[in-house]
Amino acid sequence: MAVHICVKKDFGGFMLDVDVKSDSKRIGILGASGCGKSMTLRCISGIVKPDAGIVKVEQNVYFDAKAKINLKPRERSIGYLFQNYALFPTMSVEKNIGIGIRGTKAERKEKVEQMMERFQIESLRNRLPRQLSGGQQQRAALARILVCNPRILLLDEPFSALDIHLRDKMQQELLEILEDYGGTVIMVSHNRDEIYRFSEELFILDEGAVKGKGDTKQVFNNPGSFAAAKLTGCKNIAQARQEGDRTADVKAWDMKFQMRRKLPDNLSGVAIRAHEFQIEKPQEEPYLVFPVCGPRVTEDLFEYNIAFYTSENAKEPIQWKIGKDRFEAKRQNIPNEVYLKEGKLLLLESEKY
Amino acid sequence: MDEFWEIIKGLDFSPLWISLKTGIIATVLSFFLGIFAARKVIKARPAVKAVVDGLLTLPMVLPPTVAGFFLLLIFSTRRPFGAYLFETFDIKVVQSFLGCILAAAVIAFPLMYRNARAAFEQIDVNLVYAGRTLGMSDVRIFWQVVIPTAGPGVFAGTILTFARALGEYGATSMLAGNIAGKTGTISQKIAMVIQDGDFLTAGVWVAIIMVIAFVIIVLMNAAIGKQMNHIEPW
Repeated sequence: MAVHICVKKDFGGFMLDVDVKSDSKRIGILGASGCGKSMTLRCISGIVKPDAGIVKVEQNVYFDAKAKINLKPRERSIGYLFQNYALFPTMSVEKNIGIGIRGTKAERKEKVEQMMERFQIESLRNRLPRQLSGGQQQRAALARILVCNPRILLLDEPFSALDIHLRDKMQQELLEILEDYGGTVIMVSHNRDEIYRFSEELFILDEGAVKGKGDTKQVFNNPGSFAAAKLTGCKNIAQARQEGDRTADVKAWDMKFQMRRKLPDNLSGVAIRAHEFQIEKPQEEPYLVFPVCGPRVTEDLFEYNIAFYTSENAKEPIQWKIGKDRFEAKRQNIPNEVYLKEGKLLLLESEKY
Repeated sequence: MDEFWEIIKGLDFSPLWISLKTGIIATVLSFFLGIFAARKVIKARPAVKAVVDGLLTLPMVLPPTVAGFFLLLIFSTRRPFGAYLFETFDIKVVQSFLGCILAAAVIAFPLMYRNARAAFEQIDVNLVYAGRTLGMSDVRIFWQVVIPTAGPGVFAGTILTFARALGEYGATSMLAGNIAGKTGTISQKIAMVIQDGDFLTAGVWVAIIMVIAFVIIVLMNAAIGKQMNHIEPW
């Protein structure tokens, strides 16, 4: 295992109980705010001491409650990128980058110069952090971390402090920087797009516990739990009840889905991504039919959002998104029914984790 | 006007030196103790925090004579602890310069403690965490990151502490007394000469202390002004 993190901590009213084992080099942790993401990173870095468990990176045990091992943060060789970057406000960029390096003065200076060159911030060397833009601050903070050559990188919501137009650019930049980095990287975020782009393996965190895990694309394709469905951005999630082997009854939508595939024993809900509905009947695959009643259209820049009910008895609307290139959502154009490939009806199980 | 210069020429400047010495030594003591106490109180459990914070702030809220009462209760040579100090170590707090320093330090300490604490509480805790993960020792983080970042607040606290220590009257007069050339501070000198109806001498000392006070205010504004530069006026 490249990383093995199993930590428990009682915060009085909030229980953190996370189990993350992975061999992947790019690990994503997706969760809403307050779910324990940042606290997990704090436990890994040794800022917070868990009540029980184990924290191991490659062959190095950082924490082991049973063996009474608890390394200090400075002994863990960790690069921690904080949400607000935590650059020291009274030090110049150059001093900030040099603060953690050991060695002679000349060696330290050389390393700082190399890093500033690599991150293209030589011209900012004498600036204070508050005189930098958000993107420059992030680069300086990354330089300060990578100059110490850490064994593992922890990224805490790295893009949330940036303006939207800067985000895409910095995400690209970060991915390029990480290509040269040999160690494991753990990124936590509440943003599914960031996580999808970044991570090979994904863990879904909800209320302090892991509620979904696996290969990132697989988790997005088949979230499995309510929390995972919500966090990976499913717009339509509803409770479901099983009738026999192959029928799922969804009261909120007033729908009964007759499935070709066998349903899992502990089916508790279904989810549908808003983009998966289609106007044409699928030719080769089994499909489900959704009647469209009382549609309401809101228009975005590149797509329409259409909320519709499947019948007069349905309690909750279904959200459907469709690109403008595919369809012009004038009232008379909205079809009486839309179709969904059976495989795109995501099945959620209770107590899966 | 001639009369004024006569007084200046004949003036015994010992109260100025005694006040300055008292102020500086009491400030240095309060500076380190205040920072130390602030650091400990921030880390303490909530219940301990409330009690300790109350005790440490008390000298600022109570009349100085009450502090004087407690100090005498401890250090009077007629009380057990004071008598023990005097007989065993030949240390006399009452009616001595040591008493001046102690009284001033006790009264001025809460200003240092409270300002340091407020400044530390403003610090983004992630700065400390970042320092730790970057391999810095806690001592280095404290002196290189926390103190500079909290700089203006700590400096303002130091200046206020000095001002308070310099002007201390109530507890000082009870504990150290007013012995000319030994414990006679400016505040005590002013009170004494006024009792004799000597307004001219009192006026000279008032002028001196006002000059010092003005310098203190300028220093304060310079320190806080720096901090105010990134605050939008409203």
